[in-house]
Amino acid sequence: MIHSLFLINASGDIFLEKHWKSVVSRSVCDYFFEAQERATEPENVPPVIPTPHHYLISVLRHHIYFVAVIQSEVPPLFVIEFLHRVVDTFQDYFGVCTEAAIKDNVVVVYELLEEMLDNGFPLATESNILKELIKPPTILRTMVNTITGSTNVGEQLPTGQLSVVPWRRTGVKYTNNEAYFDVVEEIDAIIDKSGSTITAEIQGVIDACVKLTGMPDLTLSFMNPRLLDDVSFHPCVRFKRWEAERILSFIPPDGNFRLLSYHVSSQNLVAIPVYVKHNITFREGSSQGRFDLTLGPKQTMGKAVESVLVSSQLPRGVLNANLNPSQGTYTFDPVTKLLTWDVGKINPQKLPSLKGTMSLQAGASKPDENPTINIQFKIQQMAISGLKVNRLDMYGEKYKPFKGIKYMTKAGKFQICPYNTPFTGFSLTVLTNQIHVFR
Amino acid sequence: MSTGVSYNDQGGAEAAVEAGQESTPTSSSTGAAFGLFSADFKKMSSVLRNEDLKEMLESNKESLKLEAMKRIVGLIAKGKSASELFPAVVKNVASKNIELKKLVYVYLVRYAEKQQDLALLSISTFQRALKDPNQFIRASALRVLSSIRVPIIVPIMMLAIKEAAADLSPYVRKTSAHAIQKLYSLDPDQKEQLIEVIEKLLKDKSTLVAGSVVMAFEEVCPDRIDLIHKNYRKLCNLLVDVEEWGQVVIISMLTRYARTQFTSPWTEGAEFDENKAFYDSDSEEKKDQTEAKPYIMDPDHRLLLRNTKPLLQSRNTAVVMAVAQLYWHLAPKHEVSIVTKSLVRLLRSHREVQYIVLQNIATMSIQRKGMFEPFIKSFYVRSTDATHIKTLKLEILTNLANEANISTILREFQTYVKSQDKAFAAATIQAIGRCATNISEVTDTCLNGLVLLLSNRDETVVAESIVVIKKLLQTQPTQHGDIIKHMAKLFDNVTVPMARASILWLMGEYCEKVPKIAPDVLRKMAKTFTAEEDIVKLQTVNLAAKLYLTNSKQTKLLTQYILNLGKYDQNYDIRDRTRFIRQLIVPNEKSGALSKYARRILLAPKPAPGLESAFKDRDRYQLGTLSHSLNLKATGYQELPDWPAVAPDQSVRNVEIVEPLRESAPIVGKTKQPKSDKFYSDDEDEKEEEGSDSSGSGSEDSSSSSEESGSESEEESSEDSEKTSSDSGKSSSGSEKSSSESESDQKKKKKTKKAPQKKSKPAGDSDSDENGNGPVGQASSSSSESSSDSESDSESDSPAPKKKTEEKAKPKVAVNSKKEVSLLDLDDFSPAPTNAPKPSVLSQSLLSDLEGLSLSNISSTVQVTTSSFGPLKTYELLHHMTGKGLSAKYHFPRQPCLYQPSMVAVQVILTNSSDHALEEIHIGDQSPASLNIHCFNTIERLEPGASVTVSMGIDFSDSTQAANFQLCTKEDQFSVSIQPAVGELLMASTMTEQDFCKEQGKLQGMNEASATITMATANASRQAINKQVLSVANVGEVPSSQNNFSRFAGQTVSSRALVLVSLELSESSGALLTINTEKSVMASMLLQDLKQALAQA
Repeated sequence: MIHSLFLINASGDIFLEKHWKSVVSRSVCDYFFEAQERATEPENVPPVIPTPHHYLISVLRHHIYFVAVIQSEVPPLFVIEFLHRVVDTFQDYFGVCTEAAIKDNVVVVYELLEEMLDNGFPLATESNILKELIKPPTILRTMVNTITGSTNVGEQLPTGQLSVVPWRRTGVKYTNNEAYFDVVEEIDAIIDKSGSTITAEIQGVIDACVKLTGMPDLTLSFMNPRLLDDVSFHPCVRFKRWEAERILSFIPPDGNFRLLSYHVSSQNLVAIPVYVKHNITFREGSSQGRFDLTLGPKQTMGKAVESVLVSSQLPRGVLNANLNPSQGTYTFDPVTKLLTWDVGKINPQKLPSLKGTMSLQAGASKPDENPTINIQFKIQQMAISGLKVNRLDMYGEKYKPFKGIKYMTKAGKFQICPYNTPFTGFSLTVLTNQIHVFR
Repeated sequence: MSTGVSYNDQGGAEAAVEAGQESTPTSSSTGAAFGLFSADFKKMSSVLRNEDLKEMLESNKESLKLEAMKRIVGLIAKGKSASELFPAVVKNVASKNIELKKLVYVYLVRYAEKQQDLALLSISTFQRALKDPNQFIRASALRVLSSIRVPIIVPIMMLAIKEAAADLSPYVRKTSAHAIQKLYSLDPDQKEQLIEVIEKLLKDKSTLVAGSVVMAFEEVCPDRIDLIHKNYRKLCNLLVDVEEWGQVVIISMLTRYARTQFTSPWTEGAEFDENKAFYDSDSEEKKDQTEAKPYIMDPDHRLLLRNTKPLLQSRNTAVVMAVAQLYWHLAPKHEVSIVTKSLVRLLRSHREVQYIVLQNIATMSIQRKGMFEPFIKSFYVRSTDATHIKTLKLEILTNLANEANISTILREFQTYVKSQDKAFAAATIQAIGRCATNISEVTDTCLNGLVLLLSNRDETVVAESIVVIKKLLQTQPTQHGDIIKHMAKLFDNVTVPMARASILWLMGEYCEKVPKIAPDVLRKMAKTFTAEEDIVKLQTVNLAAKLYLTNSKQTKLLTQYILNLGKYDQNYDIRDRTRFIRQLIVPNEKSGALSKYARRILLAPKPAPGLESAFKDRDRYQLGTLSHSLNLKATGYQELPDWPAVAPDQSVRNVEIVEPLRESAPIVGKTKQPKSDKFYSDDEDEKEEEGSDSSGSGSEDSSSSSEESGSESEEESSEDSEKTSSDSGKSSSGSEKSSSESESDQKKKKKTKKAPQKKSKPAGDSDSDENGNGPVGQASSSSSESSSDSESDSESDSPAPKKKTEEKAKPKVAVNSKKEVSLLDLDDFSPAPTNAPKPSVLSQSLLSDLEGLSLSNISSTVQVTTSSFGPLKTYELLHHMTGKGLSAKYHFPRQPCLYQPSMVAVQVILTNSSDHALEEIHIGDQSPASLNIHCFNTIERLEPGASVTVSMGIDFSDSTQAANFQLCTKEDQFSVSIQPAVGELLMASTMTEQDFCKEQGKLQGMNEASATITMATANASRQAINKQVLSVANVGEVPSSQNNFSRFAGQTVSSRALVLVSLELSESSGALLTINTEKSVMASMLLQDLKQALAQA
């Protein structure tokens, strides 16, 4: 399946290669570089590139291209999913997945890759198993290893690989037994200029951090499970139980994991927690444009909207922006034309606003498009869909764990689009007039 | 040398210090003491560096060696050669240090191909490791051995693979499946032998192995579909528990398999049938009746669809996609749409995932608009999307456009056209054009909109609009003279060749509509001809020719001028075209005949080009494949076969009775194994799962499977009955087997600290050395198999006493086996009863005795079973007066419940004593809600005077709380309740006297309830006591050596708590009755009941 893997950084250097079958020359990456050159943006490199003898499937994460070389038919998602799993594993191990981190830990990386694939077929991709095989490098362990000369490789061989719960380590022990669950919801929305919603949907995840001794069996139930429309589970969740009772029953992996991701059914109306009033105008013939933007909270159930960040790609003709924020700071990058305004918290009494002028290139014609405005925000202690965890029970172990649950709402892809004209068709009369003018 | 040594001494310590922090030779974060060395180190040439590394490797300090290996791995990672070090590295292959060893393996696998002779040195190490008692060491040795691509060792590899394929550890077997592929790519001549190994491994029941062996199958012999037949059902059933990567491979293999083995579900008849079934509440049964229809889905086909469906909820996007394509290619049309939601969910994943999923949706949406229409908003483009994602979304939006949603889609498109991403804007214009051709209602609107875009400031937008307008105009050229004129005016400003060419073509084609402008355009073109792009030149020649034919007066000279220019053009295409046109239009002696037709040739009405999706022809590839993604056939792509017209013999998938003993003892996937025996599991298995979690999940399946197949056999048509009975026989033997396995497991658990080689003994052996009872146990297992064989037949017959015994005895074994499996079950945390394997072995031996019916010492046992089955107490559920003619009675058949093991079986006899037929008798609301009731299927019609017996299952949770529910007919509802006697909440179990005493010893104090009772004189005899006790409670008698002691054992149905009853007779009619159980409430109630029963005659 997967023949080789090349790691390529933003400047186009191959800084790591790994082969699972016979060696594939790194010149195969030239085809990739070609495609990279053709693409205007790094994201535009096509994920699947055919070459005369091989196929390259790549993912881009953290400004690193992970390019897998394959030789014959394989579902591309299989490779893509695996590559993402590799990145996740690196991130899990090293905290960050950067070129520097990978280079610093090249031996661990190699050992990991060796365990994750056998002859190109995934072998162990569960983080818990890998961590038993190869200990993640920590400062403490590095010190200890230096002194005692011991290694990163686990002394014991993981039995988890053989058990029916391959995701859980055996012999877990904690003095403080705790289980934390974070319900994080994201709103994806496109809102038109007048404030009416074009699309809005809520996606949520439940991330868990479970540190419990032994083999606990947890059940998590919701007050309103009907809200969850489409769900995908960590393999530990018993599907039948969910089908029948809408209860999450599982033996958790040790440590951090994503228990569930879900989509809130589209029948429910999505509450939009912020509104934006904006007015960005350019006048024909003038070298100035006006910029006026005000933010305000809406449907937040009394919770504060925090960490608000507004960003917008201004038209190319804009040379500079001279704006005055009522709170927070703004930056305008004259090269990329990206305007960002770090608002902070929205105070409902005194709404934040950003006003001022933009200077345009002299002689350039009026930009014909208005910019799209992207907004990010966070609301603590609230799941916007109203999802509530009812209770968490533990079976199978005697002790009483500490349980915690946290809710948060975030903006996902939250866009304010600059138009609100419904499509009624372009009128032909305008056209005929134009033609008359031509004559 | 002396310097080397001194360096070693010094450097050794330093290197050890460095070992943890620094792993690559180039990174510079080193301590001060080391700084000197590392500076030197960098300066050295690579030869010298290699010398250093060699010295480090040859030193006798582990840490130094390790450090050297880390540096070498660093070199390999960077793609630098380190092959010269091979001899030095290979020496360390047998190192004790695990990390060092692993790094050496990495090195070996990388360079062995280049240094074949030296690599052979390491082989013996691996051969030795292949015999290691530790399964992980065996596995890793096989892994490395098979990864060394040295042709000379092919025979050794072959041998190792064969051995590993029969290994006891499923992990090693998995590794051997991987090794098969490696060996095959090294030496394809070994194919035949490898297929044998694959065939063997395909039979493996471990979920660990399944994915890997199917992968090997796909790689080595994907055409040997016959190897799958026998394993098909097993693979389907194991699927949910296979690791995610294996699932993908298995699903795609099964897709191909299904396409060759089943008939198409897409026929008209099928559609109709399925729809009809959809409206029926109990579709399963209904279908059986209506199956006069031509298409009947093969149950195996249905099995595949049903078992893959839960995987749509997988977190692994590849799995979801695999299931989606399976449904697309295999499911009846109306069922495909269940995958929609999951596919849309994948769109929230990473960019690359989106890309692939959108491609597949694009292909699907061409054929099945309806599937994705409700989700149209998910395909709205966001400004942050990458260009190829945007284009794909556009494609899908266009595919989905119809009369109803076109206005919203066009509004979206309008925003997209203004996008700063010009390539995307251009693509949008194409999309608008497609919408315009597909939906005639909006053609005019779109055309007008596009014309407006002609005045856009951006050139690419204008150019694209022209191209699209050109295509649109072809469909309805009559009324659009204005637009053509407008475009002519734009001509001077348009520089994009394709757009210019398009305008020229339009001019030529409709030159009669714009008689004044066209010659003028030609005049301009004549001036700039030499500077134009080829495609523009060609169209200029074209235009000239057409004008010459229609308006030769004005354009003759211009045409000749252009043709002369073309004659000497650098491009041969243009020269050729010029020559051709000249001959065609200018009449001369040579080409007289053809030029007459020139007008008809050039100005023939041309069909409008259809604007089609780029994904139109992609459906020739299987969805989700690389080939589909690239739209070209990738190496190794296998065509998805078309449905066969007639289904091949479906009996090939039937599995014969499995040998009672497995050659390799599997431990893993224990809970899953029983599932594989479940063949025609229907809706019930979901309900089963509900309760089973409370009392030990997977284990119940083992028992229910046999029952289920039994129950199914009633439903099956008679022609199937043969098959199903053999199935049920098989599945019961499966549960039997699992019991014997569980024993060995049990033992292993105890003995893990002892010699490890014990582990690898086959199950049968460990059985026998447990208590010398093994052979008997084995024999009995086969005997119980045969009894269960007959069971499914006997169920409906009027039971002859002898059959009764068998029938009774068999469930008992099932009870025991269940309990033991649950002990092992990791999912199960309910306090498991502590009496472990022995009783089951004994019960088996008893059974085998029973089979022989030797009359020596078993008379009491026979009594137990018969009498426990004895006089049934029937209770009134509904009187016919209150029930308006419907009367209902119930009794407890004292058999394990078919639906869920934690339920108590209840048989209800419904009688119609009215004068009219009662319709739709079913169970309505239940209370308390927590009570788990398995209802009987609705009885459609009950004729006057007729009666029918139905069975229900009620989970009383070991309490005598009444189950209230409503018995409904079409017209009425009657509230009824079933109040179980405490004795009915028990199940009989058998154990030895010894065990009984041991268990009793554990249940002292709180758990003991006793009373002195006065016995009725009639009950003095032992048989009478038995009779009385058994009439009250469903317990089994324990053979007693003492005459004045009677002992009975049972366990509660729900929680499987032991209930021990013992009765000590004193001289007079008094007796001491003792009940030991955890359930103290039950104990006291049971005590009361027994006391009463024994006191009366």
